[in-house]
Amino acid sequence: MDTMISTYTLQVYWWLLVSIIGSFFVMMTFVQGGQSLLYRLSKTESERDLIVNAMGRKWELTFTTLVMFGGALFAAFPLFYAVSFGGAYYLWMAILFFFIIQAVSYEYRKKPNNFFGERFYEWMLFLNGTVGIFLIGVALGTLVTGGHFVRNDMNLSHWTTGSYGLEALLHPFNLAFGLMLVFLSRVLGSLYIYYIVDDTEIQKRVLETLKRNTLIFLPLFLFVAGYILSQNGYRYDPKSHVVSAATLQYLHNYLSYPAVLAILVAGVLSLLWGVYLALFKHKSSAFWYAAFGTVMTVTAILFDLGINYTVFYPSLSDLQSSLTIENASGSHYTLFVMSIVSLLVPIVLAYIYAVWRSMDKHKLTKEEIESDPHHY
Amino acid sequence: MEHIDMLVDWSRAQFALTALYHWLFVPLTLGLTFIVAIMETIYVKTGDEWWKKTTKFWMTVLAINFAIGLATGIIMEFEFGTNWSNYSWIVGDIFGAPLAIEGLMAFFMESTFFAVMFFGWDKVSKKMHLLSTWLVAIGSNLSALWILVANGWMQHPMGMRFNPDTARNEMQNFWDVLFNPNAVNKFLHTVSSSYVLASLFVIGVSAWYLLKRREVKFAKRSIIVAASFGLLASLYSISTGDQSAYQVAQTQPMKLAAMEGLYKGENRAGIVAFGILNPKKKPGDDHDPFLMKVEIPGALSFLGYHDLQAFVPGVDDLLYGNEKHQIAAIQKKIDEGKIAVAALKAYKEAKKSGNKQRAKAALERFRAHEKYLGYGYLKKPEDAVPNIALTFYSFHTMVGLGTWFLILLILTLYYTMINEIEKKRWVLYAALWSIPLAYVAHEMGWIVAEVGRQPWAIQDLLPVGMAASNLASTSVMITFWLFAILFTGLLIAEVKIMTTQIKNGPEEH
Repeated sequence: MDTMISTYTLQVYWWLLVSIIGSFFVMMTFVQGGQSLLYRLSKTESERDLIVNAMGRKWELTFTTLVMFGGALFAAFPLFYAVSFGGAYYLWMAILFFFIIQAVSYEYRKKPNNFFGERFYEWMLFLNGTVGIFLIGVALGTLVTGGHFVRNDMNLSHWTTGSYGLEALLHPFNLAFGLMLVFLSRVLGSLYIYYIVDDTEIQKRVLETLKRNTLIFLPLFLFVAGYILSQNGYRYDPKSHVVSAATLQYLHNYLSYPAVLAILVAGVLSLLWGVYLALFKHKSSAFWYAAFGTVMTVTAILFDLGINYTVFYPSLSDLQSSLTIENASGSHYTLFVMSIVSLLVPIVLAYIYAVWRSMDKHKLTKEEIESDPHHY
Repeated sequence: MEHIDMLVDWSRAQFALTALYHWLFVPLTLGLTFIVAIMETIYVKTGDEWWKKTTKFWMTVLAINFAIGLATGIIMEFEFGTNWSNYSWIVGDIFGAPLAIEGLMAFFMESTFFAVMFFGWDKVSKKMHLLSTWLVAIGSNLSALWILVANGWMQHPMGMRFNPDTARNEMQNFWDVLFNPNAVNKFLHTVSSSYVLASLFVIGVSAWYLLKRREVKFAKRSIIVAASFGLLASLYSISTGDQSAYQVAQTQPMKLAAMEGLYKGENRAGIVAFGILNPKKKPGDDHDPFLMKVEIPGALSFLGYHDLQAFVPGVDDLLYGNEKHQIAAIQKKIDEGKIAVAALKAYKEAKKSGNKQRAKAALERFRAHEKYLGYGYLKKPEDAVPNIALTFYSFHTMVGLGTWFLILLILTLYYTMINEIEKKRWVLYAALWSIPLAYVAHEMGWIVAEVGRQPWAIQDLLPVGMAASNLASTSVMITFWLFAILFTGLLIAEVKIMTTQIKNGPEEH
């Protein structure tokens, strides 16, 4: 039964799924954005508590989406998991470090006798929201800029630099990608706070922050998008699997798949529309336009990097070692089994949606936080 | 070569460090989620606000513990890639699936309903809240299921076939992986012993209140719930532990021999009830393995083979072979493994040069010897023996403590039921001091499972030396210390916060 679907179809399907999960993660980094804006948006302790609690009710979902992104990559493209994680070692370890510190900070910040003090945990939230997101952007940037790895006949790999991924920090595109994600998370974070928090002082400050962060985000986004579209990239021959330099491969992919291009354009417009609605129409629902705009945009960008026989992880040390969705993927059987499992995704999304709605029915106020002894 | 050994040692050390830290927090979550769910059910059924307060207090404890469990958990998933990248490729096609399913089926359930459990008291209906609490318990236990399926597969790989073209193992049968008897039993043993730990935690904290003569009603009621739950779990844990030993005997005889310090195999093999190993003893020599021991005759034969007379092979039999019992020497397996390694290489080269005939012959040679492929990467037969002292003492400490917990649970439940628990101060002290012992027993259990499996990352298939990422050992050393400091700092914070909450008591909730 499972042979009715070709391996290539399953590989494309999984590349799409990984792109979607990645895009949901980027959307959910509004939590990190809120964390990095904590001091900017609050002047008093109760305002700070309000923002921490607004983010604190969602942070686990973001964290879980990141774990899911890792798990899906492992199951569907184990060679990428092996080559990138095992080689760009310091980069991934640093990312983990800056997410581990987040996981305890909400719960421990306000608790008496918490060893490091309240400020320490707020700093951890700030570092997670800035450095953590920046490093993830740098790591994602290497899908375009590549890595220094060599893979042998047995598909076992090693890195040819001793800096194990830190060299990715030297590439301007990776840096721009990282910064872009940081400022995107701050745009989304502002919009989310605008949507969920009922406090006139904070609301006023949020719009100012939103404006400023959008103005930094936009040029970064244009640079990143322009860079990708103007890069030549690499492609492989579908028969011989030989990798060679291409011409404007990423742009070519969009033109070959106009639907992906349409999603990209619609996503960007929806994101901008969200910002516009908040800034000029003071609509709190603006967040949703920006959130779904982000999902569409990021999906369209990530998906584009791997389809149409494009190399999604070029090797800078040995071109033929480069990874493609075909040579990096799991077996046909595993992809098929996992595809069956992926039918659960709509169910998961449905209950997340239902719970989100019932929890966010009313805006969050200082009074609610103060009356709840369990608050963060 | 020395570099590789250092690298593998540091990689193992880092994995052991993160796993042992992670496991300090997981079992309490697995059990306490059910205990609070039971308490909240009583609240919803009776409408008694007092039970709500009790539920909320234990939920606070749960939340403190849950957060650090997440913090120490995320690194484990990614470490398979960062530190065990060859592993990720060679078995990722099988191993990645349960991890991804864990995320999709369990983690989202946990994290979504966790927020309702904590912040939804006034936002959703009573029944919806209760359902959320149960879903957190089910979600966290489901996540344990999937990760233990993955671990069970490492102990007893099945449902896959080696593909020489991709040079990895590929899944052939998902149901074999999921219903692997080792995985099922590992899950049951691990979660039931986690319920025991959580029960002992609740009982120990309640005992502390009783010793301080405060929160008396709260403490006694908590003990009733926890001791009933814990006693059932304890009995189940012992029976699944027995089943585990049986499976180890069938699939990991070297581990069983190490667990019992058994060097020379015998019929009617006994279990060492108490013993001190001879530190001078090496495989193959004539030293007595024990300086002293108290043994229960025939028990190991019975445990491992359900037959008092059965032959249980010892380390020497497994290492050097035993013709009478048809056990092949490790050297022979290494020789066969080396043929498989060479044949695989020849196959690859023949394919590259387009010589179909030679490729076919090499493949046939490979298939004939592939059963021992993993052994082909071992340097010498002695490498196939795990650290016996560590495995032996860990195993016996775990079993001893497990037995003690059963006695303790019976005592606390009995004295609470006849309402005499406050007078039995020695029972209360014993309960209080058994909290750390429960953690010791759990960590020991994992040491038996993981150290006893050495040198294999995947039993008989992939030695740890072959599984590690190709990194400079200093890189792994740096991250080891980084995480050691970070986790220790977080642990101190967690313990301080937790004890402060307990000292403040349930009244504030």
